[in-house]
Formats: sequence, structure tokens, C-alpha cells
Amino acid sequence: MSEWPSDPKFLGKDTRRLEGPAKVTGAAKYSSDMQPEGWLYGMIFRSKWPAALIKSINLEKARAVPGIKGAVTVRDGERPVYFYGEELAAVAGTSKQACLDALRLIEVEATPQPFVVDPVEAMKPGAPSVFTDSPNLSEAKIKEEGKVDEAFAQCAVVVDGEFSTQVQLHHSLETHGNTIHVRAEDCTAWASTQGIFSVRDGLADQLKLPQSKVRAITEYMGGGFGSKFGPGVEGSLAARLSRETGLPVKIMLTRFDESLAVGNRPSSYQKIRLGSDKEGNLLAFDLDGFGSAGFSSGGRTAGGGGGAGFPAPYIYKVPNVRTKQAGVATNAGSSRAFRAPGHPQGSFGMESIMDELAVRLGMDPVDLRIKNDPFEIRRKEYAIGREKFGWAQKYKKPGSTPGPIKTGVGVAGATWGGGGKGTKAQVTINPDGAVEVRCGTQDLGTGIRTVIAVVAAEIFGLTPDKILVRIGDTDFPPSGGSGGSTTTPSVSPAIFDACTKGLQQLQTVSGVADARGVNFLPACRKLGVEPIVMQGEWREGLSSSGAGGVQFAEVAVDTETGFVKVTKILVVQDCGLVVNKLTAESQVNGGVIIGLGYALYEQRVMDPQTGVVLNPNFETYKLPGISDIPDIEVILLDMPERGVIGIGEPVVIPTASAVANAVANAIGVRIHSLPITPDKILEALDRVPKGATAGNEELDPAFARVERADGVAGDFVDFLPA
Amino acid sequence: MAQELNKHNAEKIQGPDAIPVQLTINGKAQAFQLEPRVTLLDALRNHSTQTGAKEVCDRATCGACTVLLDGVPVYACMLLAIEAQGREITTVEGLAPDGKLTKVQEEFIACDGLQCGYCTPGFVLTVSALLAKNPKPSETDVRKACSGNLCRCGSYPRVVEAALKAAGVATASKCEVLTNV
Ligand code: FES
Ligand code: FES
Repeated sequence: MSEWPSDPKFLGKDTRRLEGPAKVTGAAKYSSDMQPEGWLYGMIFRSKWPAALIKSINLEKARAVPGIKGAVTVRDGERPVYFYGEELAAVAGTSKQACLDALRLIEVEATPQPFVVDPVEAMKPGAPSVFTDSPNLSEAKIKEEGKVDEAFAQCAVVVDGEFSTQVQLHHSLETHGNTIHVRAEDCTAWASTQGIFSVRDGLADQLKLPQSKVRAITEYMGGGFGSKFGPGVEGSLAARLSRETGLPVKIMLTRFDESLAVGNRPSSYQKIRLGSDKEGNLLAFDLDGFGSAGFSSGGRTAGGGGGAGFPAPYIYKVPNVRTKQAGVATNAGSSRAFRAPGHPQGSFGMESIMDELAVRLGMDPVDLRIKNDPFEIRRKEYAIGREKFGWAQKYKKPGSTPGPIKTGVGVAGATWGGGGKGTKAQVTINPDGAVEVRCGTQDLGTGIRTVIAVVAAEIFGLTPDKILVRIGDTDFPPSGGSGGSTTTPSVSPAIFDACTKGLQQLQTVSGVADARGVNFLPACRKLGVEPIVMQGEWREGLSSSGAGGVQFAEVAVDTETGFVKVTKILVVQDCGLVVNKLTAESQVNGGVIIGLGYALYEQRVMDPQTGVVLNPNFETYKLPGISDIPDIEVILLDMPERGVIGIGEPVVIPTASAVANAVANAIGVRIHSLPITPDKILEALDRVPKGATAGNEELDPAFARVERADGVAGDFVDFLPA
Repeated sequence: MAQELNKHNAEKIQGPDAIPVQLTINGKAQAFQLEPRVTLLDALRNHSTQTGAKEVCDRATCGACTVLLDGVPVYACMLLAIEAQGREITTVEGLAPDGKLTKVQEEFIACDGLQCGYCTPGFVLTVSALLAKNPKPSETDVRKACSGNLCRCGSYPRVVEAALKAAGVATASKCEVLTNV
């Protein structure tokens, strides 16, 4: 199907990042580095109550601090507060110190309200209500296919289990924020964003300026992982402060702020039952699930699962399925999309129970997966991976390693839709042969700038370093936000289209029949004074969606300390046409490493007594460090005929599930909640008294609350690609 | 006696208002007016144009603010600017003053030891300092040296590769592309 060249010179090869030199020398200026003439430092004042009714906010003393040039409240008059850290006001001044001093002098009159931060507590009758007008627990979304109860009665083997996953924070290293200059007629915003057009449109709306007068620029940005779309409260505040002071204002959140109010991966609680015949053919699946996306979840969001829903029974085909999912509102910061939203949660529950079933059946977990996986590419990946990984030699009876250090292996699969369309691009071919491509996309660190150069170079027969790529500016032809693994599949076809048309035009005007490669410059020279400027756009046939991937993990668990060392991860990932192998592999590494954090280290901890986040920093919220990283091996399946497919998200999904299965295989007992911390291992091995560890609460009564008598079939979003 | 002591102490008090501060950044002396509580990182990022050092945690846990102080990597967020007076401060901008990249910088690009790049200045300086001290490090040496630097994009495997390559130690690529499966 594909129009992509069949014998490419650069596609699928290793091309160095164009912006590499700027990034290793500090020349790359991020939004947080911008210093427009006269710029002011801005900081946000946040609620110290997890729930309150704010009567008034007095900024007078703050304004009087030397160096302070402006101060604004988020909203005037009475207002509620739903979580600790909610934005109330902001100040701007000539130094960080002035702002720090001013924040201390802001006076708030408020009535604290009862609050609840633990979802299990929030579901109990009589728990404090997050919202006055709706219950904490939403009505469950129910989906039923086939005859579940009858099917279970016929199963040869039925396994069940309760699983839970933690709240994970995005923690991109560049925090959320912008440097914004609002003038009388127009506005420039240097934004740390995944969607420059969403920032432009958001600001235009708030400032009542035409969209054409607002310019959002993101030349470099320090990561987002799904949490950076639109101007955000911090963007609105910077814009308002800039308007008030007439000067550019920079508000970058602190690391502390970052843990409170700018998104997270919601928690999940899953009670799963799975049954099969004795050959391992899955017959019936039942899920009771709930989760909390913070204050924006629960009964207020009539959408049922709110942001806390997850796909189930995930990638497997089960003829009889019943799922029930609800969202619970709590007094905590709201969730946002986080690299493959919903999937790691769904994967953890399902892949864990699959391994339980395999053990009960006495079947190899890889065989069980291949048997029940409807996606052909993934079945192939299991076959390739098991060979490469040495699965047959490594997989043994759970808990059978002699000695205190036990090793084990595990496997899990993933899916992601992706796709993406709508990008426009422009190419300029100058008479001196200089080529410039412009596109209003943005580079989060995935390497899209280089992808654009590779595609253009391929078409013109030039080397990628000869292409000047300009992105990250709303003055360029529009492209969508970078999320959902859609950037490369959306942008590459537009570049292909623009450059192909540009080349045709060059050939027509110059009379050179084939203007590629060595003929390119001579053809350009014939253009006279008029450069060729050509627009292109995304079109069907060059990209697609629906990527499958599998990961194998090997771990060593010290049963005396509970310490888990992941020693190896093998990734087998399908990604359609590989555009740049070098950056694609980096993205795979990155996905695996965030997955490792989810498996073993990361968890936002909230204090039920005070409602605050207890670990709003990197000493206590542990990101994976360089010493935690296993040997990661990546196998990419190149399938040019499928066109370009994004891989940012699928690679983050199965890591934690594979690690959890490997841990269970090593120690012979399953840990049912993420992250798998040493205390949970020691408790599972009866090395510490039961109940001595956090996060292992009795969940059964909570699931009972999710039950609803009405039993209306819901239209829960199906995450799986069509 | 007490009076004398008080007088002596009073003379040493600087601030709280801004005072003149002299810093030698990348070989150039620069004059600042800073409150004594301003950190070196704050001075660099908000009072000079050297924004290469990044603020990520502002509390000694991530290494993004790493600079070299007389050749030794330190967290600029954990040092007051006034304490850095009289020392040689090297930021990432100072590694290749003539525009010619160092071996370490080149290998970070060649091995793709970066994604968003926000942690990169810190890693580049940490690795540069390691190689200055230990020109032939093992993989473990690199991991140890970089254990004070965080990367959320997960560039670690390739940071290790870049460091070893820059030291002339061979490494193998861990990526394979299979066609026609
Ligand atoms: S900003 Fe200094 S160590 Fe993180
Ligand atoms: S490359 Fe993004 S944080 Fe390291």
C-alpha cells in the first residue's frame, strides 16, 4: 500500500538529532530559559487546605513588597477549594526572592471543610463529600457480553484476585510553565507544551485577542508525558500578570507544585475473575473496578469511570465478559493523560491474573498468551521474544530458585491505537539549494525535528543535515498536539506530501527530469529569483495505527531484604515503518524506564489526616536512577507496508506487568499492588507481621459498594484499536 | 568584650539587601548585585544569560543544575552565589568555548544520550568531570558518577554508552530491526 520509497537511504537508519549540538552546549533555549527584555519572575500561591470555602484573598501586603510589580487572584469572591495545592493567586516581581517574600504575606480568609483523600475511604457511606451536589462514587459503567455466569460454571479452571495500582506523577524535568508577554494588541507565549496551538487558542480566548494575534513558541521543551496541553492555570496567571504589569512574566512551577496540581496517572482497584477450559482457552472474565482521578473524578463527571477507567480484559479475546467500573472523587489533584492513559493499569490486573491461570493450568505463560491473543503481530512477537530471551531455559516453577536470592522471569503484552492526522507543512526550495521545512508541531524530546529532516532528505536525495527544519511556532502551518503517539504518524505524511509536491514543481520549473541528489542543486540554480514554496498535508496511506508489543523481564529478588533488581528487559515492538532507528530506540528505552518506576518505585503518597501530598520531591518520590536500569534490549519489527506508527505509548505499558510476573515467578507469591516495594515482598513472604505495610488494605468491602442494582449497559470507552 | 564581639559580627553581616558579588563564569569575571540568599543556580539562570544549568528540583536531588566548581561537579542549587566567589565556575556553555564540541558532547549526540535534553547539561558535565579524573572508567564507574543525575525521558542506557565511547571503551548497540517478519 505504501508510497514510501522501497529502498530508502535514510528512513529506518540512524540519524543524529539535529538539535543535538544545541542541547549538549546549553545553547538550546527552553521556555524556562527565556529572558525577554524586562521579564518578571512569577510564582503561584496555593491552598494549604485540601477542602475549604475561600471568603477573600488579600494581596495588598504582597503588592507592597519591594520588587513586586503585580499580583492577581485566580478568581475573585467566594470560591471552593477541592485539593491541597489548588491555585489561589500569583505574584510577579523582579526576583525570585521578592516573590517568595510576597507569597508569605498573602492573607486568606477561609472556612476549612471536611475532606477525604483515600478513595476507599471516600466510597464509604458518611464520608466527607468532595462536591456538595453529587456523590463521591459515580454510578458504575457496566458492560456485558455473552453469558458470563453460565460460562464460569463451565470453566475447568477459575482464578481470581484483587489488584491495585498507585497514583503515578508525570514529573517531566522541565516543570509546567510559560514565559508570556501580553501587549496591547497581541501576545507572545514561550510555552513548555505538547500543543502550541492549544496554548495559542486558550490564551486568545482568555485574553479576548484574535487567535492570529497570539503566538505560541516551543522551540525546545523538557518533557510532558501527557500532562502539558493548553495554557493551564499557570499560563493564564502569567498572561494576566503580564497584562497587568505590561512586562513579560515567567511562571515555571516548582517541583513541589508539580506534585500537586498538574496531573497524574489515576489509581485503580480491580477485582478480577478469569476462567478457562483445561486447554487454556479463555471463557469468562469478570471485573469489578474503580479508581480515582482526584477531584475531577466521581459522581460529578457523569462519565462514570471519569479519568480512572481502564481497558479490560485488555488485549485478550474472551467470549463472555462483564466489567463494572466506577470513579471515586477525592480531595486530590486531578489526573491527566499519562503516557498510554489507562493501559498500564488494565495491563497489570489482566497480565497478573493470566499468569495465575497459567500456573494453575500448568501451562507456559507465553503459550497461554499466544493461544488467547487475537492480534497476529503480537503472537509473532511472543515467538521471536521467547527465542531471543531464552525463555524456555529461564522459566521454571515459581519460587524454585535455591538460596535467598531468587530469580524469575515474566512476560506481558500491550496495544496502542495511535494514528493521527491533520498536520500541514510547508517546504521552501531556494535558488541556492537551501531547503527549509516549516511545521507547527513541537518536539517533546521524541525527535520529531529529525524525523522531518529524514523524510525531506529521503525525498530530495539530500542528507538530513542539509534540511533546515523549523517547528514549534504557531506562525507555521498547523499540526496537532503531541499526545497519544500521534506526532510522527501525523507529521511524516505531511512532510512527505509537501516535499513530493515541491520536488515535482522543481522538476517542472527547472526542466530537470530527476532533480534529486546530485541534480538537486543544478535544478535549484535554474529557478532564477523565485523560490518554490509548497504546502502539503497529511493524507491517507502513509501512516496507520494499532501497534502491538511484548516485553520479557528477568529479576533477582533478595528474600531477606525484599529488594528487587531487574536484570533484563527485552522489548519486541511493532512500529510500522521505522523512520529514525536511533531516536525510536531511545523512546523505547524511555518507555521501559518509566514502566520500571511504575513497577517498583513511584507512588504519590497522601496523608489522610492532613490531606497533603507527603512526597512532593525526588527524595521521597523515587524516579528510576541510572543504577536501577537493567540491560534493555530492543527488537523493532519494521513493517514499511503499514506506514508510520507512533511508539511512545505502547512501550511504557507492559513493563510493570512483566516485572510483577517475574517477581511472582521468582518468589512464588504474587504481589497484588504496585509499586512492588521491599516491604510488600517481605510481608508476602511472611517476614514481617501482616498489615505492617502500607497499601495492602482490605479491598473486598470496597468492591461491594461499586455494585449497582440497575445494571444498565454502559458505553464505557473501548481503548482498543478498531 | 561582648560589645566588641557584636561589633565584629555586625561588620561581617552581609545583606539582607543586594550586595555586589563577583563570579568567574566560564573564564569571564561577571559582576552581580545579589541578595546573599541567592543561590548560584538562581544567579546563573535569573541574573545572567547562562541558562544551561537547569532548575528541576532546587534541592540537591536531580543534578540538572550541575556546574563545575574548580573542575569538580557540584549542584548549583545548593550553593549560595556569594560562596562561589573566587572559584572557577564552568557551566555547560563553557565546555566548548570555541564552538568545537568536546568528545563527550560529540558522543552524547552520536549515541543519542538525550531526548528532551533538559537533564543533558548536567549529565554532560558530570561525565566530563568523571573522564577528567578517570579516563578509562568501567560501566559501574559511569553509573556511580551519574547516580546524582536524573533523567525522566530514560536516556540512561545511552548516557552510559556515550560516556564509555568518549573514553574509548567499546560498547555494543542493543537495538535490532527485524524486517519481513
Ligand atoms: S536543581 Fe539542583 S539538584 Fe536538582
Ligand atoms: S532527556 Fe529528558 S529528562 Fe533526560
